[in-house]
Amino acid sequence: MLEAPPTHAQLLTGAGAVVEAMRQIDPDVVPVYPITPQTPMIESFSKLVADGRAGAEVINVESEHSAMSAAIGSAMAGARTMTATSSQGLALMTEVVYVAASQRAPIVVALGNRALSGPINIHCDHSDSMLIRDSGVVQLFAESAQEVYDLMVMAPRVAEHPEVLVPVFICQDGFTVTHSAEAVTAIRDEQVAAFVGDYRIPHPLLDHANPTSQGTFAMPDHYFELKFGEVRAMRAALEVIPEVAAELSAITGRAITMIEPYELDDAERAVVVLGSTAGTIKDVIDELRAEGEKVGLLRICSFRPFPREAVRAALGGIESVVVLDRSLSPGGTPALYADVARVLSPTPASVQGCVFGLGGRELDPAGVRDAFDRARRPAPGELSYIGLRQ
Amino acid sequence: MTPEDRTLGGTVVRDDAVRNRTGGWRTGVKPTANLDRCVNCKLCWVFCPDSAVLVSDGVFQGFDYDVCKGCEICAEMCPVDAIDMVAEATPLPPKGVTRGA
Repeated sequence: MLEAPPTHAQLLTGAGAVVEAMRQIDPDVVPVYPITPQTPMIESFSKLVADGRAGAEVINVESEHSAMSAAIGSAMAGARTMTATSSQGLALMTEVVYVAASQRAPIVVALGNRALSGPINIHCDHSDSMLIRDSGVVQLFAESAQEVYDLMVMAPRVAEHPEVLVPVFICQDGFTVTHSAEAVTAIRDEQVAAFVGDYRIPHPLLDHANPTSQGTFAMPDHYFELKFGEVRAMRAALEVIPEVAAELSAITGRAITMIEPYELDDAERAVVVLGSTAGTIKDVIDELRAEGEKVGLLRICSFRPFPREAVRAALGGIESVVVLDRSLSPGGTPALYADVARVLSPTPASVQGCVFGLGGRELDPAGVRDAFDRARRPAPGELSYIGLRQ
Repeated sequence: MTPEDRTLGGTVVRDDAVRNRTGGWRTGVKPTANLDRCVNCKLCWVFCPDSAVLVSDGVFQGFDYDVCKGCEICAEMCPVDAIDMVAEATPLPPKGVTRGA
């Protein structure tokens, strides 16, 4: 039975949005291991393959370490490769994520963000993403299932761009987005196929006419330059992501941006955040604006590469900024706070950090008001905690 | 092309490859072949884990000591005992082949 092309809205979870995009992209190889809250992605995609509605080779590997190892092999062989994971799965995968980035393997990974053990917890925070912060991969954070879909369609184009060629992680908040159904509008299958195009990499391992050695040992005379290649890839990604986003926006009619300012133009106080928490914050901003308070939000979609100039421009002139991190750096500086503070230094603005929402603890509207209240008191360099019993 | 482009991901393309003379890692013994016994089955070439067995136009030519590690697999695989392992210091022709019983 032929199905109508899904140009209308469908009711999809964030995980479902990943699966719909994967069905349309039709990757060649998907090595994957199940883990909450990613499991519905691979469960549903495997069913599509079993039912003959997707053509990928799904490899049921024995661990996430193996999943990423298989992904490198297949991506470098010349096959478009995707995988998905969460939390401990990403932790186990991390050793090989660094290898994938350095070997310049354009693998697309759907990540359902979940707190790292211990104590063991299955709910959302961003500690898994921050574990691979410096691995050399692109990390784009979605606010909604719709944005998950759009970013997933973009991801192969970003990863496989000849100037980029690193893994691209599409991050979504575990359960809050992965398991919450909302209206998602896809573009047509043939539009996605035309948009992503054929998989091309400079040196496919299976190109027998042009043999290469890959994954080679690098001594002190080469290691530094090879690592710097990842810096260059990220610089290129800063240019490539907006280009690909604009191209997709022209098809979908939906804006996709590396940063999303909300009510920032005349704001005196602002918060900065990653992920779905932005939804709650926007609602509270609407309330506070109605009460006459000049407050705003900067949501960061592109965490890596971090769009420093755009963030500086968006937050320039705001008197007091509170950066909300959903991960911890015991004894140090949470990741988003560190990035924003560096960007705004040495402006006269006050930048302080607040950690919230670890292990799935909700940031409710009262918590958001609390964050904006803290911004009333300039406290440059201060780090505090919202929603913590202490 | 910049140096950085050439080393994208550490990939070594053919034109950039340097022939490393890794035979210095050899473990103290080296292979030698008696061409009067050799039946040219090329099992040594098939099983050599490096590229130390030289074959030209389908005919066994001897060994490349620049890459041979002295693992002895060729000698083990040879079905007619044409390959012997000898001490590193033993003088041999460049490709290590001899004739005669």
